[in-house]
Amino acid sequence: MSKTYTKHSDLILLVVFSGVILTMPIWLAPLGAGYPDLMQKFAIYGLFAIGFNILFGMTGYLSFGHAAFLGVGSYSAVWAFKLLTMNVIPALFLGLAMSGLFALVIGYVALRRSGIYFSILTLAFAQMCYNLAYSVLTPITNGETGLQLSGKDPRVLDSLMGVVAGEGLPSTDLFGLKMSGYPGFYFCAVILIIGFFISLKIFRSPFGMMLKAVKSNQNRMNYTGLNTRPYTLAAFVISGMYAGMAGVLLAVTDPLAGAERMQWTASGEVVLMTILGGAGTLIGPVLGASLIKYAENIFSAFNDTVLHEMYASLPDVLENSLVWMISHFVGDGWHLTLGALFMVIIIFLPGGLVEGGQRIVKSVRRISGRDADDPVSTPAG
Amino acid sequence: MDAFALQVFNGLDKGGAYALIALGLTLIFGTLGVVNFAHGALFMLGAFCSVSVNKLLTLSKKVKDESITFFDAFKEQPYLELWFGDTGKVIVDYSVPISILIAIPVMLLIGLIMERGLIRHFYKRPHADQILVTFGLAIVIQEIIKANFGANPIPLSAPDVVSGSAHIGSLLGLGDAVVYPWWRLVYFAFSTMVIAAVFAFLRFTTFGMVVRAGMEDRETVGLLGIDIDRRFTIVFGLATVVAGLAGVMYTPILPPDYNMGMDFLVLSFVVVVVGGMGSLEGAVAAGFLLGILQSFASMNEVKAIIPGIDQVIIYLVAVVILLVRPRGLMGRKGVMED
Repeated sequence: MSKTYTKHSDLILLVVFSGVILTMPIWLAPLGAGYPDLMQKFAIYGLFAIGFNILFGMTGYLSFGHAAFLGVGSYSAVWAFKLLTMNVIPALFLGLAMSGLFALVIGYVALRRSGIYFSILTLAFAQMCYNLAYSVLTPITNGETGLQLSGKDPRVLDSLMGVVAGEGLPSTDLFGLKMSGYPGFYFCAVILIIGFFISLKIFRSPFGMMLKAVKSNQNRMNYTGLNTRPYTLAAFVISGMYAGMAGVLLAVTDPLAGAERMQWTASGEVVLMTILGGAGTLIGPVLGASLIKYAENIFSAFNDTVLHEMYASLPDVLENSLVWMISHFVGDGWHLTLGALFMVIIIFLPGGLVEGGQRIVKSVRRISGRDADDPVSTPAG
Repeated sequence: MDAFALQVFNGLDKGGAYALIALGLTLIFGTLGVVNFAHGALFMLGAFCSVSVNKLLTLSKKVKDESITFFDAFKEQPYLELWFGDTGKVIVDYSVPISILIAIPVMLLIGLIMERGLIRHFYKRPHADQILVTFGLAIVIQEIIKANFGANPIPLSAPDVVSGSAHIGSLLGLGDAVVYPWWRLVYFAFSTMVIAAVFAFLRFTTFGMVVRAGMEDRETVGLLGIDIDRRFTIVFGLATVVAGLAGVMYTPILPPDYNMGMDFLVLSFVVVVVGGMGSLEGAVAAGFLLGILQSFASMNEVKAIIPGIDQVIIYLVAVVILLVRPRGLMGRKGVMED
């Protein structure tokens, strides 16, 4: 880790990041991913992972219950759509407030312990939310069906403003701009960029340094007479709000919230995204989230027929056995690939892709012999 | 009083399963220092050992049904019945207990392969890495089972002799209303037997003594010239077998599906935490305690006062315990406190 971050280089990083995100429709098109639904997912889960990274990557606290905040955000947003207005702004604030509140309560309790106890506590809280959402909280969450819009919703603000409800279910909008298709994607993208900017600021701030110090040695921090809990709690709440925001955006792009979003496998997925990209790095989480969602999209689309077409040129025996083998990993078997990927990443590349990239850069430099007294400095790794 | 006794009994079988899984988790944690998130998947694998054995035993062919004379009717008859007659029938009937014999070597093998192939490389890695890699492994195991057996629960039945209900009420002098399925009693007895066997093994054999010494102070035992790693590998296998057996015998109570392990895993972790990380007695006690508590919470009278309490009671207890007694009920100092 080099210490040569300047305001200048951060600005460049932010501009490059924004450029890359906003031009996604152009450069993703050749990869078969240039359509809004998928790119929205990249942005939303990228945001989720950035938030998770602020907790896990910076403080080292491994939360296994972050999906609960995502679910809370989604539910709040749908309720805002139902009760207030289809405009997304109130939903954003309500979702942020609710998820922040939840994170504050859960974090206050869970952060009294560290290490594996913390993981289990967050897991227990998330399971509690999930079970409650399925059972007694059905009036609020609509249980297994999931919370949906309906024609009979009051939408107080909308009726005050004199918006006439048309036929069928209304769609979410931003002051008249419909949040479907490309506008929806750009909305998510802008929020992702804002989220990235905030995360960048946190990384460079004294507060961020404090969090990193907690990760490297919390005992030493405590011995110096410093109470670390307010800092970790702040990090927990911030990362919970990121998750809540991701939940709101999920509801914005598709106004429906279900309890399965809060299941602990969903929490596991965001851990994988963060680690795949590189925990504790700035770009890593977004990279990991996009890769996972991209792979999910590609892999799920395959089925036996497609595979047979792909390998049609091979001899029949070979074709059939190859298709038989691969078919376990694609389509419905996507989760198998996910699990295997999980293991491979943890075993061989615990630092994630960003670290992998840095290693490659290092070894390339070593081979070319240029690094005799030039410390390797990779921008914003 | 009757209702009270019934709830205690209701909690015993579930508590037995929690205790067995938590025991294995604690063994692995205490010896190897590894947090095994794949333990629920091992429980599930045990259940599917039972399913496979049952499938093997009931391999059948179509034969003419002699009892119907009006037209040609066919029915499936297991080969075992064709070959051995009534003996075959009995064997098929007892498929679940018979699975135990198969499950022990199979689970032992799986455990040894898992430890040698994967877990041993993670001793020195941070706990977060251990959690994550075993979590990935759990997903992989689940998906493999799903690909082979489908996603639907597969019902299995207990042997006829114990498929009815026991009138334990009249046996214990509580009133006739207290009836309870025989198989659940069998499960409870079975789990206490396995637990007793594990404890006896650790307490009364030289091997167990070395393992206990290793749990206390690994380094010193190593300095005495004992190959502690090899012992611990076997302990891992033992924990796998215990989880597997818990799964095998649980199949008549809950039809196994590929996802059953996850539910039990989360709960068992909570059990371990409540009992005290690294304490075998604590794990067993907390397992039964939480099982019984859960069955009390699902009584209608209790649910009427606090709705939804049955869904969250275990987690709630865990949160309270962790805050009030951070080491759990019987936790020891110095375990997992870095």
